Amino acid sequence: MKKKHTRREFIKVVSVSGGGFILATYIPFNNLLAKAGDDPKIFSPSVYLKIDSNGLVTVIVHRSEMGQGVKTALPMLIAEELEVEWEKIVIEQADADSKYGSQSTGGSTSVRRNWEPLRVAGATAREMLLIAAANKWKVDKSDCFAENGFIVNKKTNQKFSYGELVEDASKLPVPQNVKLKDPKDFKIIGKRIHRVDTPEKIYGKAKFGIDVVIPGMFYAALSRCPSFGGKVKSFKADKAKSLPGVIDVVQISNGVAVIADSTWNAFNGRDALEIDWDFGPNASVSTEDIRNEMIKHLDEEGSLFENRGNINSKIEGEKFVEAVYEVPFMAHAPMEPMNCVAKYENGKIELWAPTQNPQNAKSEVAKALGISEDNVTVHVTLMGGGFGRRLVSDFAIEAAEISKASGKAVKLTWTRKEDMKFGFYRPPSMHVLKGSVSSEGRPIKFYHHVIAPSIRQMRFDKNLTAEKSEIKEGTVDLEYQIPNLKITGTLIPTHVPISWWRAVYNSQNPFAVESFIDELAFAAGKDPYQFRKEMLPDDSRLKNVLNIAAAKSGWGTRLAKGKGRGIAISAGYESYCAQVAEVSVVDNKLKVEKFTAVIDCGVVVNPDIVEQQLEGAIAFALSAAMKGEITIKNGGVVQSNFDDFEILTYDEMPVVEVHIVQNNFKVGGVGEVGIAACAPALCNAIFAATGKRIRRLPVRLS
Amino acid sequence: MAKFNLNINNRNYSVEAEPNMPLLWVLRDKLGLTGTKYACGEGICGSCTVHIDGNAERSCVLSVKDVEGSSITTIEGLAENPDHPIFKTWIDLEVSQCGYCQPGQIMTLAAMLNKSSSKEEIEREMSTVLCRCGTYHRIRKAVDKLVEEK
Ligand code: FES
Ligand code: FES
Repeated sequence: MKKKHTRREFIKVVSVSGGGFILATYIPFNNLLAKAGDDPKIFSPSVYLKIDSNGLVTVIVHRSEMGQGVKTALPMLIAEELEVEWEKIVIEQADADSKYGSQSTGGSTSVRRNWEPLRVAGATAREMLLIAAANKWKVDKSDCFAENGFIVNKKTNQKFSYGELVEDASKLPVPQNVKLKDPKDFKIIGKRIHRVDTPEKIYGKAKFGIDVVIPGMFYAALSRCPSFGGKVKSFKADKAKSLPGVIDVVQISNGVAVIADSTWNAFNGRDALEIDWDFGPNASVSTEDIRNEMIKHLDEEGSLFENRGNINSKIEGEKFVEAVYEVPFMAHAPMEPMNCVAKYENGKIELWAPTQNPQNAKSEVAKALGISEDNVTVHVTLMGGGFGRRLVSDFAIEAAEISKASGKAVKLTWTRKEDMKFGFYRPPSMHVLKGSVSSEGRPIKFYHHVIAPSIRQMRFDKNLTAEKSEIKEGTVDLEYQIPNLKITGTLIPTHVPISWWRAVYNSQNPFAVESFIDELAFAAGKDPYQFRKEMLPDDSRLKNVLNIAAAKSGWGTRLAKGKGRGIAISAGYESYCAQVAEVSVVDNKLKVEKFTAVIDCGVVVNPDIVEQQLEGAIAFALSAAMKGEITIKNGGVVQSNFDDFEILTYDEMPVVEVHIVQNNFKVGGVGEVGIAACAPALCNAIFAATGKRIRRLPVRLS
Repeated sequence: MAKFNLNINNRNYSVEAEPNMPLLWVLRDKLGLTGTKYACGEGICGSCTVHIDGNAERSCVLSVKDVEGSSITTIEGLAENPDHPIFKTWIDLEVSQCGYCQPGQIMTLAAMLNKSSSKEEIEREMSTVLCRCGTYHRIRKAVDKLVEEK
């Protein structure tokens, strides 16, 4: 017999059903469930939502919440079309499942790829409820409309709640091509809706991956080879096993794991392992070797990415500029270190993973354990930042292997040191730039040769060529109208694991491009804003954000001595951004005073989240531009914590003013476009303040 | 293993732990108080901040044996009053992004507001609590508002 639930319990049950320990955010609602029955019928015309006969609307979020607000923004799309009150929606996090389409949460895709499908899902459900009501009343559906969780009969003013229509609607065929709302009728999209995940997070109640506890669970720590590509030769576990709380020691593909009764005891046990490492073929590689590999190619031409006009033609009176730019390896260092809970039993595994890439975790774990994907369940937890790091499934594979090898349910937790040393890093790059301007100050030539390792080549396709690689991102298709232009690239290998870091190659290529454009402006004797503006076509959205940024930042107004402004633009992810940095440099000490950021991301779903993303992107990019870098010694990473890999602090954060362009263009991404323009705006401002050109990051003034 | 009597959020707990185990792991692994976060483990980032007798302290570098007899408050304890002005302001200004560092930010600030610390002290202390999502801009707005309202 089914247990009778009170309304509150009922909501709880629903919210837990998605994966046991992932507490869905819900806002309990008032009277709608007064008639709550035992066994609600469920109407689920799409994988993204369900409505039960009590009127409870559950939205399933299939992308990962890592701080960027998807858990709020995606349900807004459904709620808008479904015509339900926002406060009454229950939000559930989806497990890994191909039925949702791509769940990979990267590339600023969550909103722009789901803008249409999720609205269609909401609109389809609404339409079916409408037809169900019309049938009941025996009226035409045009005589009915949907409002706040009810279908209303226009003529009689009678109402059915969605809950009352669930059974009938479930029997209807799913209509195709339903009409979506006209943007002018939006009630939810475009509003500053509060994030649904904030209260539980600030009360300390939210469950991140690292907080997951399952019955019978032990704690695991793993020792990995300090140089990338090395492996265990042999090990002694006696000392570790003699320590308090240590229960077991097992070897897995990536090292030796200690299982204990607490995280702390697991860490200590791991430190007591005596491992003889085979440091592998890269045991002597250092940052200098990798730099030299790039330097080797500086004088070469590189493979052709883009060509127009003739950069070798001779032009009377042209003035040449040349420079080499460079950026280092960079760590993601999300505040929550890598971790994963895994429980292997009878050939099946269940994982609770803070992953940006649940479907990848599922397939990679299946591969590693030699089981079918059907036997792998991945529950997605909240995550304390991702920034691309959690697109790789290494931590899930490790936890799965440890659970299988030990026969125990385990939570694997990485220390910060391990998080720093065993990441997948933003690749370094060097950039050769050459250009010229005419005696009237017009741009004539622009040449850019980017030298960098390709993530795709290193990770997936050894035969990938530079022309086909993604290192061109941010170097080609510039909107600047420069008559003679040539863009080339060269791939270099690296043994250091590399991966997608917020904005990927847009985190480095635009630094070189937009800084060099500034150099050309200076050579031309032109104001850097005017110089850019004159090179952009009139109907350009980039030009528009550039103009707004200049106006809002007070571009051109006088600044005190030692202060300077810098400007830069970026495009990507179907969005456009311009930033003006204002800095002061006193006694060689840099202070970033203010950033003015303008974004055009088409239709805006939630302006507050857009602003958060811009503010966050600027802090994240400033950390990379001014603070820590990752260096390599003896084949491994030198840095080990936030003391030797510093990030921006509270007192270093500039005032950030965000302006959002209002229009109805197709929705664009907002998580990454704000990264690209930040470093060049900063360095151009430093130049304006000091006359010193920064061509290598991070900025070191003395 | 030894037994420790701890006073946390005005409740008494008796826990068995290794004497050197940091309070952080006792809270998280032994008592299920996971609101206190692990991020650096070396006293650098402030994510694990709790109150020990009213002072903001980093629980990752405090041994459990050293906090017996103290009154310990965690974020869960502070959140027993969700109407605390810090929480209200945090929600109003929508400060949090991933949220992972936020308990530490809030606990650090709460201790200082309780003690009516000066603006300079607040500035100095808040500058030692790290946030990778870059919520500093909004934390500052929240701090300014809370200090003004006091
Ligand atoms: S985790 Fe304690 S200060 Fe960072
Ligand atoms: S909100 Fe993500 S680390 Fe601070």
